[in-house]
Amino acid sequence: MATEKTTIFSPELAARFDKLVTLYPVRRSALVPMLLYAQDEVGYISTAVIAEVAERIGIRENDVQSVLSYYSMLRTKPAGKYNVQVCTNISCMVCDGYKILEHCKKRLGIGHKEVTSDGLFSLEEVECIGACCWAPAIQINYDFYDELTPEKMDQILDDYKAGRGKETV
Amino acid sequence: MPRLVSHPDEVKIISRRFGLGATDIGKYIELDGYKAVQAAISKGPEWIISEMKASGLRGRGGAGFPTGMKWSFVPKQSEKAKYVLVNGDESEPGTCKDHLIFLYDPHAVIEGTMIAGIAIGAKMGFIYLRGEYRYLLKIMEKAVADAYAKGFLGKNIFGSGVDFDIVTQTGAGAYEVGEESALMESLEGKRGVPRIKPPFPAVVGLYGGPTVINNVETIASVPHILLMSGEAYAKVGSERNGGTRLFGISGHVERPGVYELPMGYNLKKAIYDVAGGVRGGKKLKAVVPGGSSTPVLTADEIDVGLDFDQMGKAGTMLGSGGIVVLDETVCMVEFALRTIKFYQHESCGWCIPCREGTDWLKKSITRLHEGGAVDKDIDNIRYLAENMLGRTFCPLGDAAAMPTIGFVQKFRKEFEDHLNGRGCPYKHSLEREEALV
Repeated sequence: MATEKTTIFSPELAARFDKLVTLYPVRRSALVPMLLYAQDEVGYISTAVIAEVAERIGIRENDVQSVLSYYSMLRTKPAGKYNVQVCTNISCMVCDGYKILEHCKKRLGIGHKEVTSDGLFSLEEVECIGACCWAPAIQINYDFYDELTPEKMDQILDDYKAGRGKETV
Repeated sequence: MPRLVSHPDEVKIISRRFGLGATDIGKYIELDGYKAVQAAISKGPEWIISEMKASGLRGRGGAGFPTGMKWSFVPKQSEKAKYVLVNGDESEPGTCKDHLIFLYDPHAVIEGTMIAGIAIGAKMGFIYLRGEYRYLLKIMEKAVADAYAKGFLGKNIFGSGVDFDIVTQTGAGAYEVGEESALMESLEGKRGVPRIKPPFPAVVGLYGGPTVINNVETIASVPHILLMSGEAYAKVGSERNGGTRLFGISGHVERPGVYELPMGYNLKKAIYDVAGGVRGGKKLKAVVPGGSSTPVLTADEIDVGLDFDQMGKAGTMLGSGGIVVLDETVCMVEFALRTIKFYQHESCGWCIPCREGTDWLKKSITRLHEGGAVDKDIDNIRYLAENMLGRTFCPLGDAAAMPTIGFVQKFRKEFEDHLNGRGCPYKHSLEREEALV
């Protein structure tokens, strides 16, 4: 439906959304994945994203807002190109997860949910990411790094800065 | 990349294909893959359910409900379509077992979902992964596409006349969505808040149709059970607790990792023999035995069998199988605080005892840890937690209250040591900055 109209998404993503809404018994089931994929492309959930997603599914923008505000991975303002998410939950906490977080804060010069001035990195203290046996662990965007030390952390950040980081989308 | 570990005491059933390249469908087939589903088709639902009942398999998400019985609750006749929903929202702190199943044996999840579908008469299954598991979703998506390409999924699977489709997707960050009714809400494109029960999902579930919801590990165990027989599977475990379980041992141990041990295996042996004991020769202080919501055990309470019943008798729970080991350097008040912060952050806000209770507990324990508390605060923390129990739609309220009660009960001395302006007496390396927002 929306393909004939103007879309704010890339042709690939628009085509993907066209298919996504048909996979489920009800179109609305595609909402959470659509928001996440839209965020991956646009960088955050903008009002334009909300409007188009609402139209594609056939629900009110209010309903999209309500769902959006519930999920911690969805954001309404841009993060850095590389969003560094440091787990400090129990297994990581007792394996120096907070040291990793402090190290990242110092190294990047930003705090929780802040973005570096060049827009390259943002930092987030997150809840358990399901890598407890390989603690301390982080994610950069969707990629996991585990059994970290401050030295390994430096190497990872250097790699991303030099454009050599992994980028699972 | 998660490291695979191994120990001679392991009985590898569900993990037997880990590290063998079974993400490739050809390799999976070579390793007895998609045989169980064909047996399931030819022998029918009654056979499947009787094998599942004989296996003694109990839900690996944490509640431990017998899987065969759960499946048998689904009405045979239903006007509405029936569904299978696989819960891969794995979010309980301390738990990372489903991570490995998705990573190393995605076809076992698909095959188990198909068998569950055949058992209850569903034509569609959903595999829901937590939002953080994007790279694992890609592995699952490829596995599902490969299964369609082989004709294992879609119309007329294995020439049976039965159709079966699978849709995979992720969430977008929410612990609460791991609760089965909230999971259904999320899959229906809504906020992940719980539904009142009854009706149970087996009767009124996804889109109002009868739905079986199982954890990833439960579902991935199913093909193995049919291949080895329910009876043989049951024998591996302990009384009323069939088979094996993936135990994730993390924290202060020499060899952390996910180990597959028979149900009923001794917890002390799991820590000292399997995981190599406490790291750096330090003394053991406490063990959180089954994910962050299970009440803590002290160092002298760990001589207990790892199954649902024995852990229950020991005053705790087997939970998700995530064993977090704490050495003598951990401040239990700080640990309790980190735990309650998590639940406060993740409470969906639907039920007031949970929404307000977790917030007050966080505030009270923060104050205590910082040295601003008085004597009666310790009892107040416990009283508050006790009054959250059983007063919410879903178990998140209990999941926050139970460990809190445990910490106060078993480490009261440490709570008292923080009183009267003293603050945390433990010299610890954990720097506490701003709270999670």
